[in-house]
Amino acid sequence: MIYREAGVYKSTYRADHAIFTIPQDRWSMIGIFAIAFLLIPAVGSEYWLGAIMLPFLILALAALGLNILTGYCGQLSLGTGGFMATGAFSAYKLATAFPDVHILFVILGAGLIAAAVGILFGIPSLRIKGFYLAVATLASQFFLIWMFITFGWFTNYSASGVISAPPMTIIGDIFVTGPQATLVAKYLFTLSIVVVMALVAKNLVRSNIGREWMAVRDMDIAAEIIGIPMLSTKLKAFAVSSFFCGVAGALWAFLYTGSVSPLAFGVDRSFQVLFMIIIGGLGSVMGAFLGAAFIVLLPILLNNLPTMLGLNIKTDMISHMEYMIFGALIVFFLIVEPHGLARLWSLLKEKLRLWPFPH
Amino acid sequence: MRIERDIIYIILGFIVLMVVVPWTAGQLSDQVFFNWPFFFEVAIGGLLSGVMYSLIALGFVLIFKASGVFNFSQGAIVLFAALTLVGLHGLGLPMWLAIVATMGVMFLLAVAIERLVLSKLVNQEPIILFMATIGIAYFLDGFGQTLWGSEVKVLNLGISEAPGFYFDGQILINDFDLFAAGIAAVMVVVLGIFFQYTRIGRALRAVADDHQAALSVGIPLKHIWIIVWTVAGLVGLVAGIMWGSKMGVQFALSLIALKALPVLILGGFTSVPGAIIGGLIIGAGEKLAEVFLAPMIGGGIEEWFAYMLALAFLAFRPQGLFGEKIIERV
Amino acid sequence: MSNQDTPLLQINNIEVIYDHVILVLKGVSLTVPKGSIIALLGANGAGKSTTLKSISGLLGAERGVVTKGNILYKDQPVESQSPADLVDHGVIQVMEGRHCFEHLTIEENLLTGAYTLSGGRKAVAKNLEMVYQYFPRLAERRKSQAGYTSGGEQQMCAVGRALMSNPEMILLDEPSMGLAPQLVEDIFEIIKQLNEQEGVTFLLAEQNTNIALRYSDFGYIMENGRIVMEGLASELAENEDVKEFYLGISKEGKKNFRDVKNYRRRKRWLT
Repeated sequence: MIYREAGVYKSTYRADHAIFTIPQDRWSMIGIFAIAFLLIPAVGSEYWLGAIMLPFLILALAALGLNILTGYCGQLSLGTGGFMATGAFSAYKLATAFPDVHILFVILGAGLIAAAVGILFGIPSLRIKGFYLAVATLASQFFLIWMFITFGWFTNYSASGVISAPPMTIIGDIFVTGPQATLVAKYLFTLSIVVVMALVAKNLVRSNIGREWMAVRDMDIAAEIIGIPMLSTKLKAFAVSSFFCGVAGALWAFLYTGSVSPLAFGVDRSFQVLFMIIIGGLGSVMGAFLGAAFIVLLPILLNNLPTMLGLNIKTDMISHMEYMIFGALIVFFLIVEPHGLARLWSLLKEKLRLWPFPH
Repeated sequence: MRIERDIIYIILGFIVLMVVVPWTAGQLSDQVFFNWPFFFEVAIGGLLSGVMYSLIALGFVLIFKASGVFNFSQGAIVLFAALTLVGLHGLGLPMWLAIVATMGVMFLLAVAIERLVLSKLVNQEPIILFMATIGIAYFLDGFGQTLWGSEVKVLNLGISEAPGFYFDGQILINDFDLFAAGIAAVMVVVLGIFFQYTRIGRALRAVADDHQAALSVGIPLKHIWIIVWTVAGLVGLVAGIMWGSKMGVQFALSLIALKALPVLILGGFTSVPGAIIGGLIIGAGEKLAEVFLAPMIGGGIEEWFAYMLALAFLAFRPQGLFGEKIIERV
Repeated sequence: MSNQDTPLLQINNIEVIYDHVILVLKGVSLTVPKGSIIALLGANGAGKSTTLKSISGLLGAERGVVTKGNILYKDQPVESQSPADLVDHGVIQVMEGRHCFEHLTIEENLLTGAYTLSGGRKAVAKNLEMVYQYFPRLAERRKSQAGYTSGGEQQMCAVGRALMSNPEMILLDEPSMGLAPQLVEDIFEIIKQLNEQEGVTFLLAEQNTNIALRYSDFGYIMENGRIVMEGLASELAENEDVKEFYLGISKEGKKNFRDVKNYRRRKRWLT
């Protein structure tokens, strides 16, 4: 009885097509935005903003990208890290080659280059399906990382193979990258990009394109028979997904770490993002955020747990234990709710709607 | 098995590529060193190291074939088996007893995985099971190292690592590699017969096709899963012994699984002989490319070359060389 | 043990919930006497398949639970038994949509059905012979992969596979789905033969009311998770409401909407 659609009347198609048709949803979203834009920068400590919120937002963006490809279009990909690296290194090349260009265009350009690379590596998906495709996407992962390590051109021939973001401003002298940038500025800049892109994603998946993707996911042959073009639909998913991952990679390199080597986008990163969408929920925009929050917070919690409990364990032991607990928790979550946190949330809504009756 | 025409063409094409390209490169460039005995030495060395990849790929194939689960934890199982073996041996057990005890541990592991994970995930989508095996992989990596420590351990089987010379001393081959190849060949034959002709083997294939229908005809999924994970554990143990004595028992063993994946897609997820032939092609291709192609395009290509090679094969046969045709009906 | 007086299968007032929220069966009771053919009729989503799955123990795989009532097979509760145990005790389900093992040949499919069979090679060979006798078509296709056979052959394969385990009772879910009328007739003819010659009891869920009532002894009609009507098959086939709503025959031509409601009011909650 707490959460209900009843009593909401819509008299126009516009109202019916709105993202949040139910007042409760609308108000809670406004509340979340208020907290994210006003409260967190005001009260968040340096550690919270820099070490938790920034990676959370950026990885959520990457998870959103992968979720479009895997959760909505059904193409399992393990190449996320490679596409993020593409975004990061193209942003670096763009920013150093055209120092006067505004940072927004640099990030946009990085995303577009990543999208082009994504289309290239998406071509095999027309022939290859399922886990065969997943392994095939690992080819792009390893190849791209190897390319950024081997050819000095990508790093402007830096000896260490590490790229560092040049200082860039958003307006006036408000720096968002480089040493002068404040964490609050970085945070707000990242948050704005993530919010805008999340809204784009949400609208994309409930549009015609999104429905085509889901049709391909659920049964590609049937989708082809009713006239959905396989080639363009799958490649669109690869392009959009890599665009998101590319932007996330650029933000990661420029705003979060400041300087980064290709190894930061290794196969572990791909798995990390995949974990996020599985834990969060395949085929759900909110799931990407929930999953990212979970995967970012869990290791931090595990790391601090022994000290909090006052236990004294050797550090290498702790890292092994972390692996164990992380693995066990993943399995545990899959058993409790294979469809992720987002599904748990909708079950909760279902219960609240009928509350206090069980069914 | 009916060998189809395009398989023969693909393999012929591969041979031409791997022989003609290095030879031409050798003729045209001063940097690339080429002579025939050396070529064969590299190729044979590659084939034999390919057999080692096959040993790991076999574990994957077994579980995929029998339960449709893409088992990412095979690498972790290899590491865990090797760690347990070395650990038990270190406690003072003689080698043969340690091996038997490790087999017992692999069985218990299979029971635990079935009880705690798989039985709770019956009838879930493949991707969910895939993720669960990644969870298992993390757990096993951590568990094995918590239990037995993470330093590199030596595993000595008493087989000489010394190179032997064959063909009038012109070509150098490791005796150990030959031994590994022999073991792999025996395992393939045994497993092939097991799958094709026994009652349990048939039940395993049925489960892979359709969990629920298998349940409905009275195949006890529990037992099937315990059997297949035990067998995969044993295959993992063999791979662990081989790899462990070659490069020491350490965490890197777990990462070899990533090397076995291209072997897998090349041979096909469901084919035991495919795992072997895939391993041979990847092994030879990788070594030849490393020696003859790397000088031309830059070092470190073994990281991705196997994947690209497999991808090229997949373009012609999307289900791998020997994989079962994907049957789709609308 | 069972004799002619106690029924082979008895379901008492069961309630089934999927995923903790969706209530699908709202108190279903039925009895299946030994050696009979019982039809379970109703539209899509009425709960026929769920009823069958709760008997054969396949509900667990779909996150469904029997929350109330009980199911007795030969006076033993089935809840504590796994599907494999049940097959061993003689209850086997042929699932909706056939579910053949696509990559196995027809013969291998049949052999998997003999998994629980004891008695070695001889018993298996004997059953295989019997199945091929009932379904000569399968003998012709024995070496082809099941995924490449026609829908009718797959249905035969699924029924044949169930027969391989020497069942006492087969739960048959929608045998007519997607088959040509002539084939449906053939399948039901074989069901009748199996019932008479091998003494197999059938509980079949079916949408094709017409043919199901012709071949069965007794029928239950389900709607929205409840049994709304039951009776001898011959009586049901003559019932005016059944004729009108399930067979599409009406005494007085088109009825208006109010009369339809009137019929609904007459439904019983529980049997």
